[in-house]
Amino acid sequence: MRRRRARGGQGSVPVPLLVPAVVAVAFLVLPLVGLLVRTPWSELGSQLTAPGVGQALRLSLVSASLATAVSLVLGVPLAWVLARSRIRGRGVLRALVTVPLVLPPVVGGVALFLVLGRQGIVGRWLDEAFGITIPFTTTAVVIAETFVAMPFLVISVEGALRAADARYEEAAATLGADRWTTFRRVTLPLVAPGIAAGAVLCWARALGEFGATITFAGNFPGTTQTMPLAVYLALQRDPESAIVLSLVLLVVSLATLLLLRGRWLGRAGAAP
Amino acid sequence: MSLTAEVRVQRGPLAVELDVQVADGEVLAVLGPNGAGKSTLLRVLAGLLAPDGGRVEVDGEPWDDVAAGVHLPPHRRRLGMVFQDHLLFPHLTVTDNVAFGLRTRGAGRREARAAAAGWLARVELADLGARRPAQLSGGQAQRVALARALAGEPALLLLDEPLSALDARTRLTVRAELRRHLGAFPGSTVLVTHDPIDAMALADRVLVVEDGMVVQAGPPAEVARRPRTDYVARLVGLSLLPGTGEGTTVRLDGGGRVAVAEETAGPVLVAVRPESVALWPQRPDGSPRNTWPVVLTGATPHGATVRCELAGEVPLLADVTAASFAEMGLAPGARLWATVKASEVAVYAR
Amino acid sequence: MLAAMLLAGCGSGDDGGTSGGRDGGTGGGAVGGDLTGTLTVFAAASLTGVFTDLGDRLEADHPDLDVQFNFAGSSALATQITQGAPADVFASANTGQMNVVADADLADGEPEVFTANVLEIAVPAGNPADVTGLADFEREELALAVCAPEVPCGAAAEDVFAAAGVTARPDTQEEDVRAALTKVELGEVDAALVYATDVAAAGDSVEGISFPEAEDAVNDYPVCVLADAPNPAAARAFVELVLSDEGRTALADAGFRTP
Repeated sequence: MRRRRARGGQGSVPVPLLVPAVVAVAFLVLPLVGLLVRTPWSELGSQLTAPGVGQALRLSLVSASLATAVSLVLGVPLAWVLARSRIRGRGVLRALVTVPLVLPPVVGGVALFLVLGRQGIVGRWLDEAFGITIPFTTTAVVIAETFVAMPFLVISVEGALRAADARYEEAAATLGADRWTTFRRVTLPLVAPGIAAGAVLCWARALGEFGATITFAGNFPGTTQTMPLAVYLALQRDPESAIVLSLVLLVVSLATLLLLRGRWLGRAGAAP
Repeated sequence: MSLTAEVRVQRGPLAVELDVQVADGEVLAVLGPNGAGKSTLLRVLAGLLAPDGGRVEVDGEPWDDVAAGVHLPPHRRRLGMVFQDHLLFPHLTVTDNVAFGLRTRGAGRREARAAAAGWLARVELADLGARRPAQLSGGQAQRVALARALAGEPALLLLDEPLSALDARTRLTVRAELRRHLGAFPGSTVLVTHDPIDAMALADRVLVVEDGMVVQAGPPAEVARRPRTDYVARLVGLSLLPGTGEGTTVRLDGGGRVAVAEETAGPVLVAVRPESVALWPQRPDGSPRNTWPVVLTGATPHGATVRCELAGEVPLLADVTAASFAEMGLAPGARLWATVKASEVAVYAR
Repeated sequence: MLAAMLLAGCGSGDDGGTSGGRDGGTGGGAVGGDLTGTLTVFAAASLTGVFTDLGDRLEADHPDLDVQFNFAGSSALATQITQGAPADVFASANTGQMNVVADADLADGEPEVFTANVLEIAVPAGNPADVTGLADFEREELALAVCAPEVPCGAAAEDVFAAAGVTARPDTQEEDVRAALTKVELGEVDAALVYATDVAAAGDSVEGISFPEAEDAVNDYPVCVLADAPNPAAARAFVELVLSDEGRTALADAGFRTP
């Protein structure tokens, strides 16, 4: 009797944690339930095969993945600088990195115009020197999503780097590895889980990005209209189709994340 | 002299001022309490910490010379380092860990792995090359770490408390193996430890460090015989006697036998602490198994006790109180009987 | 006393309070009870300037009245109202969204069209791309913005393009007029098709070019007091003010046209 009770006590969650946790789950899940309840299931098929939907979905997945790739290439080194280097003004730099997190995305879009637009500081030069204009192109979508999503990656990778034992890097140095080799062969593999988590966050944020995208890249089916834009515009005319579109976005992103997670965890399980 | 170093570093309130010379093939143990500056010395030698003053020179090549503005980064120093908690890269196999230093120094993958396999064989872990560090025992991991440090054929080997994370039983076997490898290592070795047994068993010379300064230096036996401070006396009073285990008896290489509590076999070291040795003017009645005739050859007072050097079939150190030293009227040349309980004799493989 | 007249006119539909008397001050309001509490007006975003001004005037006449506005896209407002948002007045930028509210039996009486808006071509100051009319929306080398077909100004744009036989090549279909106008203001597009009122409100950085085909898509603005209005008296007073000569003058000043 006593043993059984002890075992039950070990697995159970303390009430002060359980109650808020249940509330949190309800808070997060109920809106989803609301969507499901309102979904016009009979129209689902026709909505899904509507011509614009596949296009918007594909554009969303491609641009979010590209934005994540760009964020990885630029954001991981930035996270390293924030976590490991001793350069002056690191605190200011870190604060600047988080600006896109607090900036309303629409404002972010305007800010991107001021830099990369036809009249922007850099954009004007690009236009005059190379005839390149960025706004209203798929490139602009990727740039807008990267701007908004990269801080999520930088912050989680920086956290992972800070949590990682820097003495492994010292050990690598005593074995003849310069800082770049150490970064590649030791640091990067050690913080791989943090990078993966950051990339997932970044990808999810990029996939849902709306404000900066519609401002800087505009909205044109096939070129710049991602799913969130399609959902927003559908909401103007036909809320039911907006619900279906949201659901499609939700299912595809959840499926992608679960798939990646399964594959990734499988690998991590083999090598603890 | 293969390693010559004058290290000056300020670490918070601690001013480290240590001068170190280690010849080729020599093992120097730096012994001292936590916070004495031992690890700081090692980090400076490794290049992980730039000294505030002084110089570090290995085989005539300046690694650090503050006056001349020379500071070679760690990866450009020909050194190997073993850390307390091994720090094997968790994402690499054992073989790739050992091959790491060879790869960074330009060896091809195949070549590096072959060399790594050779080193693993030398630490008797040839079968474990495909494992990950997490699948190794503590002792195995530390042997892999040693192989990794030695594989690059360094000029300087740095050992930072290499045994202190191991349990007592593992420590004995790893220490014995370490001793073997250090004997074969042609470069200079600096071993940092707070365990006098490591220093006694592994080092050719001991540097006792306190508050960033050297308090005493010399061969281990010499330091043990003539401790210059109470701290050193407490730290390094061991008598270490090589012999061969034969059940609960050890036959000493210098003749004589010592009774021990544990069964042993093969080459061993017997360690006797001076405070566990009792001295008698006559052979005591109902003698314990370890009773030996000895001659007092020297006496060094420290604090309330006197450390006595005893010659004979079984050379020993004994601590007696200053009062009984006077009471027995002891003077060099005195003939005495020394006894030690078998349970107070430590024995370990070598 | 003028305020009292205004109140007396409530419900009669076409009484406008003589505009000249507006300066007469706030003394009245005793007849029929002064207006108090909070008045909540849900209005299309394009009405922001005019309605804020009219709200100030109403508050000046009724010191105890607090007028609150919720300016947003008409469809968003209609959704909020049908979901139970506590509003007194709804002013929509098109009859479609007003019908959504009326069909849900949430309008008190017939909604009344109080003004209308027509499309205009907005170009950056100086008109760098030399846009002269609707046909310029066929020029591929220009950066062009229209509203998305899902929103009223986009639907209107489709109508005028169809009527004019113009195959527009926009670079972007904006989610609302404001977004399209922002891109004109920033000089990121050479022209955008927006409402005349938006051009009037935008200031010096934007120039408007009117075009004859705009008459094919005149956009009516209906207003109504809501059935569940928490403050129906104030709601009626506000609607009366909008429909008055004074209201029409203010609307005309903002670029709206009289229906």
